[in-house]
Amino acid sequence: MQLLMKYTLLYSFVLMLVALGGMFSERSGIINIALEGIMVIGGLAGVLATNMMANSSPMMIVTVSILCAAIAGILYSLMLAFASINLKADQTIGGTALNILATAIAMVIAKRINGTQSPRIDYNNGPFIFDIGGLSLNVFIVLGAVLLVVSYVVLYKTRLGLRLRSCGEHPQAAASVGINVFKMRYTGVIFSGLLGGIGGFAYIAPAVQSWNFEVGVSGMGFLALAVMIFGQWKPFRIFLAALFFSLFRAMANIADSIPFLAQLHWPKEIYNMMPFIASMVVLALTSKKSRAPKAEGIPYDKGMR
Amino acid sequence: MNNSKTAAALKTMLAALICILAGLVIGFIVLLVLAYTGIAAKGEPFTMLDVIKTAYNDGFKQLLMGGFYLKPRAVRNEIALAAPLIMTGLSVGFAFKTGLFNIGAAGQYTVGALGALIFALIFKLPWYVCLLGAALFGAVWGAIPGFFKAYLNINEVITAIMFNWIGLYAVNTLTYMGGNSPMYNLKTTKTWPIAAKSEWSVIPDLGTTYFKKPATIAIFLAVAIALVLYVVLNKTTFGYELKACGLSKTSAKYAGINEKRNIILSMTISGALAGFGAGLYYLSGVAEWQPLVSTVLPSMGFDGISVALLASSNPIGIILSALFISHISTGGGMMNANLFPPEIADVISGVIIYLCAFLMLFRNALGRIFTRKNKGGTK
Repeated sequence: MQLLMKYTLLYSFVLMLVALGGMFSERSGIINIALEGIMVIGGLAGVLATNMMANSSPMMIVTVSILCAAIAGILYSLMLAFASINLKADQTIGGTALNILATAIAMVIAKRINGTQSPRIDYNNGPFIFDIGGLSLNVFIVLGAVLLVVSYVVLYKTRLGLRLRSCGEHPQAAASVGINVFKMRYTGVIFSGLLGGIGGFAYIAPAVQSWNFEVGVSGMGFLALAVMIFGQWKPFRIFLAALFFSLFRAMANIADSIPFLAQLHWPKEIYNMMPFIASMVVLALTSKKSRAPKAEGIPYDKGMR
Repeated sequence: MNNSKTAAALKTMLAALICILAGLVIGFIVLLVLAYTGIAAKGEPFTMLDVIKTAYNDGFKQLLMGGFYLKPRAVRNEIALAAPLIMTGLSVGFAFKTGLFNIGAAGQYTVGALGALIFALIFKLPWYVCLLGAALFGAVWGAIPGFFKAYLNINEVITAIMFNWIGLYAVNTLTYMGGNSPMYNLKTTKTWPIAAKSEWSVIPDLGTTYFKKPATIAIFLAVAIALVLYVVLNKTTFGYELKACGLSKTSAKYAGINEKRNIILSMTISGALAGFGAGLYYLSGVAEWQPLVSTVLPSMGFDGISVALLASSNPIGIILSALFISHISTGGGMMNANLFPPEIADVISGVIIYLCAFLMLFRNALGRIFTRKNKGGTK
């Protein structure tokens, strides 16, 4: 039971962080399908930073490596922003390109750093983990909780948030009252890069001490998209949706150690499938009352009515 | 009329060439950086010229020469790779033409592979039936996102992504089944080679001795399908209706076209094409499915996106761009792996897709240059 809780918490904050990122981007009007790739790049940067500072104090390692993950995520997301905002490219295709590119880049860098043909990088995740009452927690849970509240405040209680949301609903109307749509959309994508980068690192670092970059982040970024839709582009709903999805995801990890589930002798793959099936069911049930930002995916054109 | 059509085709081709060129330049820069760090790590004195030489001789040359670097054996691999690539390219391209983004080609390809294996290894049917079986499995997997899009208004991209993963896990489960699957060979930890279980399920041989190893007629089947698709899209009412839906769903509906039916139909055909591609690959005897280590979706599906974009979804163009992508992937595998990971080929194809995302922009810019040249600045 404790294991189930551990993994559920672990995954839920990952999914929540990344989905919050997606929320900022889509609320500003840019579909961010590149979250998977941003996670990979953020995770890679975080892991490399952790390794580079192996001799520093734990506090330093945690702060700097998370910063590195965030910055890498932001830089990578700028490629999406540039293509879809400045060049008015197809956002879905641009995002897909960045996903493919991210895994390829991560593999090239990982293999190069290893000096071998294995894309697996080892690291010490000790500084990220702590225990409370026997339950293993990690720093990303604390950070995630803070960022959730911050996200809510930014999106609903600040001028920036209001402007950002208006650009996702009707950019021409927003522009007519003097809001800089380009700037707002860039802000949205940059937030998604920040949260996606941290989310990617949060997925990789606390769980294991060695990561094979060949698998990228095994579809977590795409699950986060489903979490975002299930959460209806609203921060606290996204958190609840993330909890729901990670329960399924956690089952895949611990199915063997729960007596009741182990007796079924289901292959691990069945559990791996479950979050994806659950997301389809949920999407099918909620599709009729979807509250997606109205202008998402449409390049901003000043002259359009 | 005819003249403007050729001009448009020319512009498209030029834009594609610019994308390829830019992709190769970035690939070369990556090679240079890797060569530099590799040489610098040795600690011996070196000049910039050494770096450029290493990058070219140990990496870029192989990339450019592709299969011809190690002919004739590698040429066979290149062609064996090109056949399924043409199919996944057609799958994505066909969906594009009808206004849909089929990111699910990877999943449809995976499920198609399962279809091919079931029909060949379990039912032991002749190769053409197995190919149809692969197409059928892929079609089902393609129809699902179409259905979700048509009746529940869920974006086909989201559904397809989810079903990519569901498909991958399902195929791994069914081909393994704890080692008990009739398709699974415990000794090699792969599925059984088709030829060992059912000889007539293997796609017939080309009958040439040039490659020193058997090569099948798969590439010709893929090219034939591309030609058929070209005719269907451009010369038939059915193709016209599908394209009309792609251009404007509402106007198509107004013109009396059943847009829901067409969405599902397009996705089904698109899925069938991807599944057929998997059939061409796995029934050629060049590779077996590895249920235990297939933790990522086959790159064939995503490469199909590059292939389709590069060709602007034109079926004839897809044949050429598939050959190009398979050329650089084969070349990537032959680079000096100690210095250059083969994934550099993926970096290049990723860059190309990224550039293709705003290919339209290039095309329009080129268009402006053309009109200025031809008509002296008047539009």
